[in-house]
Amino acid sequence: MNTGNLSGALKGIAYALAAGALLGVAACGKKEEAVKIGHAGPLTGAISHLGKDNENGVRMALDEANAAGIEIGGKKVTFSVQSEDDEATPEKGTVVAQKLVDAKVVGVIGHLNSGTTIPASKLYSDAGIPQISPSATNVKYTQQGFKTAFRVMANDAQQGKVLGEYAVNKLGAKKIAIIDDKSAYGAGLADEFEKAAKGAGGEIITREYTDTTKVDFAAILTKIKGLKPDLIFYGGMDSQSGPMMKQIKNLGIAAKFLSGDGGQTLKFIELAGDAAEGAYCSSPGVPLDQMPGGKDFASRYKAKFNTDIQLYAPYAYDATRVMLEAMKKAGSTDPAKYLPELAKIQFQGVTGNISFDEKGDLKGGGITLYQVKDGKWQFLETVGG
Amino acid sequence: MDIFLQQILNGLVLGSVYALVALGYTMVYGILGLINFAHGEVVMIGALSALGVMGMAAGVSLPGPVIVLLATLVAMLVCMTLGFVIERVAYRPLRNAPRLAPLITAIGVSIVLQVVGMLASHREYLSFPPLVPHTRHQVAGATITDVQVLIIAVSAAMMAGLFLMVHYTRLGRAMRATAENRAVAGLMGVNVNRIISATFVIGSAMGAVAGVLVSANYSIAHYTMGFMLGLKAFTAAVLGGIGNLGGAMVGGLLLGLIESLGAGYIGTLTDLCRYDWLLAASGEIAQRCSNNSALPLFGSNYQDVFAFLVLVLVLIFRPTGLVGERVAERA
Repeated sequence: MNTGNLSGALKGIAYALAAGALLGVAACGKKEEAVKIGHAGPLTGAISHLGKDNENGVRMALDEANAAGIEIGGKKVTFSVQSEDDEATPEKGTVVAQKLVDAKVVGVIGHLNSGTTIPASKLYSDAGIPQISPSATNVKYTQQGFKTAFRVMANDAQQGKVLGEYAVNKLGAKKIAIIDDKSAYGAGLADEFEKAAKGAGGEIITREYTDTTKVDFAAILTKIKGLKPDLIFYGGMDSQSGPMMKQIKNLGIAAKFLSGDGGQTLKFIELAGDAAEGAYCSSPGVPLDQMPGGKDFASRYKAKFNTDIQLYAPYAYDATRVMLEAMKKAGSTDPAKYLPELAKIQFQGVTGNISFDEKGDLKGGGITLYQVKDGKWQFLETVGG
Repeated sequence: MDIFLQQILNGLVLGSVYALVALGYTMVYGILGLINFAHGEVVMIGALSALGVMGMAAGVSLPGPVIVLLATLVAMLVCMTLGFVIERVAYRPLRNAPRLAPLITAIGVSIVLQVVGMLASHREYLSFPPLVPHTRHQVAGATITDVQVLIIAVSAAMMAGLFLMVHYTRLGRAMRATAENRAVAGLMGVNVNRIISATFVIGSAMGAVAGVLVSANYSIAHYTMGFMLGLKAFTAAVLGGIGNLGGAMVGGLLLGLIESLGAGYIGTLTDLCRYDWLLAASGEIAQRCSNNSALPLFGSNYQDVFAFLVLVLVLIFRPTGLVGERVAERA
């Protein structure tokens, strides 16, 4: 029965017994349908903590739906998740996408990174399986003309634009240095930032590069120090921006530090330590405590998984619920039948109102800015949304 | 000028670590003619176990540096045991096998250790607790932290210690004899197996120290950290002349400096807008330079390419490495 959950033999036996008991009851009642939803994200590697966070979001939505006895088209449906590890690499991303397609999942929540989401989206599109990414923000994802590609987060064009304008107009930066990690996400965000900052009258004095495995940035930061920037922008994840922030302070660089949603995590503060103080990061959407259902979601999440939300779990949760809502509206779990409902959905999620434009992008997604004060992320303001 | 000095300092810090790890590769190669590809993972295991001890000692009211010292000692013990076991299990049974066989087991051991590190660290980035001060010092306009001073000092001391040991102790003499000719050294009463084990144990202990120093400097440790570090250190060893202790030190420092200066200056040096004759020659470049403040041909994205390019050039013109000598082919 619970093919998606193989985490422990004992657990499996317990589930089998419970399922057996349920079947016994169900046999005299209505028909019951078992449906698999796919999840894909990095469950190993540098950002596995974020992948696990997303998976938890999906699990929570499905477990709640199962517990509430969700019915679709008059039939009782039991949802399970098939979670695959894409290792945050494009090659592995397409491999697990094919695996999910072969396993006949009716929808996919994922992937986490833009670099995996984009190549995987073609496979889902070919198979006609709706895909909702909770966190892929690269603009290309929804510009390929795939009817099955959706996201519940503002994209890089929206985020980079807000960041670039914020750097120049609000933080007063005139000379700006940009670093990116050469990933689809990091470079994409940095490109949009550069465009917007230039448009707002800022000067880009240098563009430097690192990669997603490096922790030594001394050489490029020293070069940047010599150029005396007002602000350093980093396009990339917390596993780099944490150590980078520390090295910026160690080198005595006075510039402000600004990064995107990849840095707006608890891990960033842990890795940068005292040096994190004063850093700015943005995050698409609204902060957890300002989300319509944020506080409630955070406490339920903590109660269920005994850990705090890392980053995107509320979006993974909402993405899953939007998918289930579309199935309910269509009265079917058949991808071909509920896809049209998904495209025109209006849904009140914990992260805010969710509806998609004709490309599958989130309509009117807000971008929120945060700053580290006293070792915590403090809400500054939400732009748009 | 202060920026240049800073880049030199950055290079020295990076290079000291490369040199320390490179010694582990070069010692084993010198004696066995084997490239111990698992050495980078030994460094990683050292860093992870030191951080594990520090995590456990979080509640203990000892001064920070004492905890770090204790953790380093534990890490050294772990790695020494690991080095001993790796040699016994993966290399000794294959000592007389074709040379490719131990190379493959080395890669196998490396993968096994990486997975062990992954499971032990729960795949997370571990952060180095704030036990050591990152106090900054100004040296002629450049800054250097306590930890970085420590890296250079500890590396230099360990390299000097190793050098003295190899050249002036009984064990060192036996190691050199084994490197020269294993069979003859055995006939002369040297316990070859013990010497080879000792080489692995010493190299692993130095690797553990390198692991702790690296994670202290960047405040981060991760199960994938050993791979690239190992590759760079191996490059450093080849650059200097693999099998040669002095070569590993020279190669490590040189590689650190090349990377640092390469990443720091390649963008500036290949910036098309810097060259007036180019602007005069091409209207299009002049046009694009007026829109952008810089137009570098290569940027810091070529950092690694640059380091390996130097390696290729050295190997073309001096296949034995910078200070390596061509030793007679062993029988």
